[in-house]
Amino acid sequence: MPTRTFIEAIRATLADEMRRDESIIVLGEDVGKKGGVFLATDGLWAEFGDDRVIDTPLTESMIVGASIGAAVNGLRPVAEIQFADFIHPAFNQIVSEAARMRYRSNNAVGLPMTIRAPYGGGVHGALYHSQSVEAFFCHVPGLKIVIPSTPYDARGLLRSSIRDDDPVLFFEHKKMYRSVRGEVPDTDYVVPLGRAAITRPGSQVTAIAYGLMAHYALEAADRVAEEGISVEVVDLRTLRPLDKETVLGSVRKTGKCLVVYEDNRFGGYGAEVAATVAEEAFDYLDGPVTRIAGPDIPGVPYNHVLEDWFMVDPAKIAAAIRKLAAY
Amino acid sequence: MTATGHRAKTSSQLGADVGLDDDQLRAMYRMVALARAIDERMWVLNRAGRIPFVISGQGHEGAQVGVTWALRKGHDWIAPYYRSIAMCMTFGMNARDIMLAQYARASDPSSGGRQMPGHYGDRRHNLLSVSSPVATQILHAVGIALAAKIRHTDQVALAAMGEGSSNQGDVHEALNFAAIHRLPFVFLVENNGYAISVPAAMEISVPDVAQRAAGYGIPGVVVDGSDVLACYRAALTAVERARAGEGPTLIEAKVTRLTGHSSDDQQTKYRTEEDLAAGKRSDALPHFRDQLRAAGVLTAEVEAALTDEISALVTDATDFAEAEPDPLPSSAMRWVYAEDWPSETPPPWGFGEPGHDAGPGGT
Repeated sequence: MPTRTFIEAIRATLADEMRRDESIIVLGEDVGKKGGVFLATDGLWAEFGDDRVIDTPLTESMIVGASIGAAVNGLRPVAEIQFADFIHPAFNQIVSEAARMRYRSNNAVGLPMTIRAPYGGGVHGALYHSQSVEAFFCHVPGLKIVIPSTPYDARGLLRSSIRDDDPVLFFEHKKMYRSVRGEVPDTDYVVPLGRAAITRPGSQVTAIAYGLMAHYALEAADRVAEEGISVEVVDLRTLRPLDKETVLGSVRKTGKCLVVYEDNRFGGYGAEVAATVAEEAFDYLDGPVTRIAGPDIPGVPYNHVLEDWFMVDPAKIAAAIRKLAAY
Repeated sequence: MTATGHRAKTSSQLGADVGLDDDQLRAMYRMVALARAIDERMWVLNRAGRIPFVISGQGHEGAQVGVTWALRKGHDWIAPYYRSIAMCMTFGMNARDIMLAQYARASDPSSGGRQMPGHYGDRRHNLLSVSSPVATQILHAVGIALAAKIRHTDQVALAAMGEGSSNQGDVHEALNFAAIHRLPFVFLVENNGYAISVPAAMEISVPDVAQRAAGYGIPGVVVDGSDVLACYRAALTAVERARAGEGPTLIEAKVTRLTGHSSDDQQTKYRTEEDLAAGKRSDALPHFRDQLRAAGVLTAEVEAALTDEISALVTDATDFAEAEPDPLPSSAMRWVYAEDWPSETPPPWGFGEPGHDAGPGGT
């Protein structure tokens, strides 16, 4: 089976889907000849041309707003926001328009569109090239939020997202683009939206994570395994709709729950997971539902000492696991 | 073919000048008058406590009917706004459809009673659903036009909004992109001189919104919104240009707002008597009527028949909407997504009917 990097899986899947379905277009800043600042769309312009791979002005609201209109009129747009940090000018179009169109039209108009954006820190990107923005959008009914952690899932979930009839936000951790490699079959497989994966079975503590943190949680589980602590790792893959069945099933088995996320701790996505576990698995809990998350400062600082301090990493997760296991 | 699909029968000089026969002129007048009559009934129902909210198109109908007449019904697309009653009706919605939205009934084609009145939309007629944040729809119309160009559908997309909304950043982003790609797009600004209470001079740094078109290298046209046929002519030029691949046009129709911003606004607080009187004088409805009378297109007989028909339509629509059922709470969680997700949790109070105890565990 061929192995690919995370970004190769995304690029190949975009090309495959565009070959399969000519209603798919790609639009965003520098997505054309340059192939995107991370090269996620490299080669698409050469193969599919000006009509289907559109370099836009620096206008995030337009990228999303025009995608909405294009989806209304028979296309299946895949928009790229160059960095998740720059998605905020499009917030109104995503939250007020894309998320609400099906509901407010009583199912008359659905929007088959995907918005891809690189997110996350640990890349010397500072305040405005490191943000995790998923919490803003996970709050909004009508949006589906996907964050894959492996090349295999990236391919399968991107297919499902593009083929879905509702707006999907597809966040890709930029640190993983070239550092994560994995087996990716060339087949037409899909990974369904709304399903988490147990990426490591265990019995004493459940660690719930997504994106880069799903890798770090696995590394932390390896570390504490040597100390005799058995950790089950749940990779959420889709944040909304949340796969409560897998999450609650794991916590009911282990009795202890650690939620890991890179975003600021306060009001972060993991807080919703923690609340769900506390409410719906209370009788099974043998310790406090615990969060390990980014500090509550306005962004990831640039200086490497400060950045390292900010980022949740395997050592910090392992420490939280030890504390919870000993409870 | 135009919005009515009529073929030429008799043609007055007035109609011949714009390529319309007299039946079409009468149909346009009927639409202006019908939209006005429904709008006026909405206010009566609001003041009588039957419907909680009204937002009005009174004073805008002439421009809306004139412009919409230049589009192809069932083929082109419109992204309307909350004053677009006449536009939506010209494009296919009927009196009942409009009144169902006022009552927010389950069968309201705009939203099934989910949105405030005025937030029209009807997929059957290529009318995109309206939201409350203003100017967002211009980007949707531009996206529709983009898809039309890519798919070679020969469609034109039009977005309408007021001059107040035209200051939003989305308008700049939309016009820039539409102009770069010469998209089949028409932008209608219905300038009634007020953004709720703020006069145009405090909103816009130039006398006409249309001047801004120059910044995008596209035509910007100012048209008298009380002149229905002038609006039609301006739109016809813009639509032909768009369909020929020559790009977008900005049409600014100077209209008048005959009512407050909405049923929750008292415009005498910020408009003078003279200003309000001047507004009434630039109302398209009497202008168009006088024009058609003078041309012999409207006779006393025709007018009497129209008045009776419109009155019957408005009463029928009101009675119909009044009698239609409200949506049920059990429908409120449908269509968040295309399919229902078990993980999207219903509230602990279940879906019991309002005022009734759902009982232990809800329903």
